Amino acid sequence: MKLSDLAHARSGDKGNHANIGVVANDAAAFEQLQRHLTADRVGEFFRGLGVSRVERFELPRIGALNFILYNALAGGASQSLRIDTQGKLLGTAILDLELPDA
Amino acid sequence: MPLRIANAAGFLGDNLDAPRLTVERAEVDYLTLEYLAELTMSILARQREKNPRLGYAEDFLTVLVSLVPALTRQPRLRIVTNAGGVNPLACAHAAGAVLVSSGLSSRRIGVVTGDDLLPRLFELRDAGCRFVHLDTGEPLADLAQPIVCANAYLGARPIADALAAGAELVITGRVADASLAVGPAADHFDWTWDDWNTVAGASVAGHLIECGAQVSGGLHHDWQALNLADVGYPIAELERDGSCVITKPADSGGAVNRRTVAEQLVYEIGDPAHYLTPDVDVDFTTIELAETGDNRVAVRGATGRPPPDQYKVSLAYHDGYMASGQLLIYGNDCVSKAHACGEMIRRRLARTGLEFAGWHVECLGAGQAVPGLHAAPDGVREVMLRVTARDSRREPLERFTKEFAPLITSGPPGIAGYATGRPQVRPVFAYWPTLVPREVIDTQVEVRTAREWMAEKESP
Repeated sequence: MKLSDLAHARSGDKGNHANIGVVANDAAAFEQLQRHLTADRVGEFFRGLGVSRVERFELPRIGALNFILYNALAGGASQSLRIDTQGKLLGTAILDLELPDA
Repeated sequence: MPLRIANAAGFLGDNLDAPRLTVERAEVDYLTLEYLAELTMSILARQREKNPRLGYAEDFLTVLVSLVPALTRQPRLRIVTNAGGVNPLACAHAAGAVLVSSGLSSRRIGVVTGDDLLPRLFELRDAGCRFVHLDTGEPLADLAQPIVCANAYLGARPIADALAAGAELVITGRVADASLAVGPAADHFDWTWDDWNTVAGASVAGHLIECGAQVSGGLHHDWQALNLADVGYPIAELERDGSCVITKPADSGGAVNRRTVAEQLVYEIGDPAHYLTPDVDVDFTTIELAETGDNRVAVRGATGRPPPDQYKVSLAYHDGYMASGQLLIYGNDCVSKAHACGEMIRRRLARTGLEFAGWHVECLGAGQAVPGLHAAPDGVREVMLRVTARDSRREPLERFTKEFAPLITSGPPGIAGYATGRPQVRPVFAYWPTLVPREVIDTQVEVRTAREWMAEKESP
């Protein structure tokens, strides 16, 4: 299944790093995310960005995960040569990520 | 009674009607207007370099004019804004003139200064501040390029002080975004600053509304049903214990529900257990959200600890120039054609001896906006070619901007989109994330009437 079946997301910039907040649709979906949406899987999905490291944080009471994608923005707001200087697209992009069904 | 704080600007460039519509549609105690980001500070600093009376968010003056009927009708409505940018005094002079010309000359404007470290960098360095780069560990003394701006992120205390001294409009420079809401709440409820959980709660409210409509439907996953054309900007109803309800004006579009609030709670945060502001170190992991009514979400349970003993500094330096141009490329071979066009531009510049420190070609529409995720879809008939160049010198970039139009006649067939003219060369600002000890920051609060601020502007 796709992440979009389980969650919604929002992304933004922190200097040259991007953050993606992924919010589960319900408690069962959050358990799935905790199990399968690992930092490694997110880093692998976005390897084309040149991410150096991914860190995952949990907000269980909200049912959300926060990912920091280090050095994902090729320079960030002012310096990046890309059209998406601030990682605004990543929250939409991550919803295409394929996860195991169970 | 809760304290009602609306925020109707989330950045410099936000919708100009939102502040007026918000106070027309809802009765609030405070209207906050948030204008600053790191890049914005650099742009405002460049404006101040060219004209010492500029360097603030001029949009705020347009907004203030639009708010005059509401300020006249609701004399207790107060405004807190960081529109001062890198020049809060000039902003106050101009805002004073707006209020005087609107018959509100006795309204009191409070100005918070002391965040601007640019004039003090040498003094502070001599006093032992090394302004070490947080990622690389280099001291600022190693930086060769000229510094554009350096501003400490101040907290809510000077805002509360200005309000306590009677200010009805508070203008600040670089203050932490969340502090714009904390200041009014701390003044209204007479909180003590070491009541960490309470200050944490208000900081969460400030964080949730600081980006304007992003918490009330903007950017939301389920956007189709939300009437975003008429999106309502958010209101935080703060309680004495620091909890709040996030809502929006009746008769407005958008939505406030658990999903919109959760998305904004995790927006642009790092470790959720340590959301750092100058006021408090907030733990977001203890927060709970509950829908308590139509477009109403209760936010409770934030916990706080003492903040770091240093202020974050927004410091930027000149780092060359950049320009970016686009052309629409059409045809069943559009992707290869676009790449060929990018290569023609590069070779024509190389022919004149120009090479660039940075060069990036994107075929937008062919799966390149997020690099590496998707291949070009089958059957794509058109893409936007975007070429971006960067260099330490301005002149090669000026020449770069002149190499797009020639492709209309000397490139392949099937190219359009040059009607908007040559791209603009813009300066690049790079950031130097660093800290400064609290004790060296000298925060000042001045409260005077609009008439007095305007008179100061006119004096030589």
